[in-house]
Amino acid sequence: MKKVLKTAGIACTIAMLASSVASAADTFLIGGVGPLTGAAASYGVSVKQGAEIAIEEINAAGGVTVGDTTYELALQFEDDQASEDIAPQAYNAVMDAGANVIMGAVTSGACIAITAQTYADGILQVTPSGSAEACIENDNAFRICFSDPEQGVAMADYMTDTLGLTKIAVIYNTADEYSTGIREAFEAEVAEKGGEIVASEAFQTNDTDFNAQLTTINGTDAEAIYVPAYYQDATYITKQASDMGMSLPFFGSDGWDGVLGTVTDPATVEGCIFTSPFCASVDDEKTVAFVEAYKAAYDATPDQFAADGYDCVYTFKAAMEQAGSIESADLIAAMTEISVSGQTGDPITFDASGAPIKDVKFVTVKDGAYTFVE
Amino acid sequence: MALLNGILAQLLNGLRIGSIYALIALGYTMVYGIAKMINFAHGDIIMVGAYALYVFVSLLHVHPALAVVLTIGFCAVMGITIEKIAYKPLRNAQRLAVLITAIGVSYLLQNLALLIFKATPIPFGSIIRVPSITVGEITISGLTMVTLAVTAVVMVGLTLFVNHTKMGHSMLAVSEDQGAAKLMGINVDRTITITFAIGSALAAVAGILYISQYESLLPTLGALPGIKAFVAAVLGGIGSIPGAMIGGLVLGIIESMSKAYISTQLADAIVFSMLVVVLLLKPSGILGKLSIEKV
Repeated sequence: MKKVLKTAGIACTIAMLASSVASAADTFLIGGVGPLTGAAASYGVSVKQGAEIAIEEINAAGGVTVGDTTYELALQFEDDQASEDIAPQAYNAVMDAGANVIMGAVTSGACIAITAQTYADGILQVTPSGSAEACIENDNAFRICFSDPEQGVAMADYMTDTLGLTKIAVIYNTADEYSTGIREAFEAEVAEKGGEIVASEAFQTNDTDFNAQLTTINGTDAEAIYVPAYYQDATYITKQASDMGMSLPFFGSDGWDGVLGTVTDPATVEGCIFTSPFCASVDDEKTVAFVEAYKAAYDATPDQFAADGYDCVYTFKAAMEQAGSIESADLIAAMTEISVSGQTGDPITFDASGAPIKDVKFVTVKDGAYTFVE
Repeated sequence: MALLNGILAQLLNGLRIGSIYALIALGYTMVYGIAKMINFAHGDIIMVGAYALYVFVSLLHVHPALAVVLTIGFCAVMGITIEKIAYKPLRNAQRLAVLITAIGVSYLLQNLALLIFKATPIPFGSIIRVPSITVGEITISGLTMVTLAVTAVVMVGLTLFVNHTKMGHSMLAVSEDQGAAKLMGINVDRTITITFAIGSALAAVAGILYISQYESLLPTLGALPGIKAFVAAVLGGIGSIPGAMIGGLVLGIIESMSKAYISTQLADAIVFSMLVVVLLLKPSGILGKLSIEKV
């Protein structure tokens, strides 16, 4: 009796699967994995919403045509709470739903937690924002954002080559992998270019007082200060530097994006320059269109995570068209041949390691507003 | 010369942050001296003060000078209320019970702020606008001068108050011997209430100076300065008013010098290890009197 029931159950399931496949034959499902709740929720929500904007645009324009079939894109996004433990469950949930490709995970730790599984399943995985090197270790994994070291190297090149600065001070968060990762690459590259790091001052997460570090830097012959950290830290540092009467120019990493929202006097960050893949307030046709669509849909300003999510979807589209198939192996093979015109880079291409090749953009604060450095 | 300038500048940094510690430590030490309890919610009164100032200035558009007075008044009332509701019923309970209640009050205040103002830091521009001056090669920010001046005035005022007024004398008497003071006709409850009011008012002043310095409101902003000020109070000798002042300034200088010349990573560890060192070598602190307690 039990056996009969079981068989009936299996038959039933197969029938259901078959019917669902039949009805969804022209849908290409993107499986999203990222935090929708918890402390990192804003990242996941941004990626999801950015991706939804891209999907809407593509579907409205008639979907993606591969061979004789036209596919409509769909997104199923599962919450991983930015947790290594929950990410595999979220991944399994989107796979059970029949995902054709994986967008995620959004945060590095969670991303690394599912890479072995996506590799074993042979599915194309593109992480919009997992900046750790290990996220794209496997051949099936690609990345939209720059890695932490790449940012540091780019800024070091810009400061030494373009601006001709040679004596640079650094303030970094010793308790944060993002900050230390960029700092190491930055300092190595500055040394490589013949520059000198005259002071490398550390702080800890949640520190508010930077007077001691700034006083030390003030006593050196530094020509500029590089702060690879988040905007709240940058807010404290620039304000205290201005209180001390320091006039050295500040340079930062993409964590500075948002600094104008937290400073009380924009003059303290006037002229600072930071690397940023995306900047919502920049007056550029493509950016403005995206920002307006995003604002209309979600009543919020897109950040770089939203832009990463948006570009991720267009990357999938390009891969499908290039491959002429939606088979995972073909999509993965197509990745190194595509060129995507995205929000975070135009064009974006990918090398065999899975890293993106795109121009690094520098954003500066001019007259109290963000603008790209010419 | 550059080295000397550097040391002088770091010394000033230390004095500024130390002044804020000293103001907070005064509250700890006065309450300890009189009510014989460590009020761990004291640090959060700084946070309440900072948010209160923000509400008055930015949301209600009160004139900054009036807002400062209102903030100090608000915190004083807050201190009295906390004492009446949370600590007074435990006046004769074990000390541990009061201590744990104080920690509970601290969490309550932080979470109330979290509920009302949310966790995202709120930028709030300084209400103190004094131009900086340059002496030799050292620039002293206006805020540093204001902080040092305010602290000096408060300390002198408090010393005069305690030593030359009737209420001050009652405080000294209650701290000496609560029972005997009661027998001499001193209203102990009222004295304790006034002590909490003064302590909280000082925390409000510290909060105003703190937020003018850092310009970002966070529900947890009072926690770390509060706990450092507690170390300062112990360092100076808990229960001693001049001790709290010296302890605060010394601790600020130690912190600043450690950050500058030893290691920024270790600075907090060095500050907190002062507590261990003091308790091992001179438990009564720099100015505290040694009292043997029967337990």
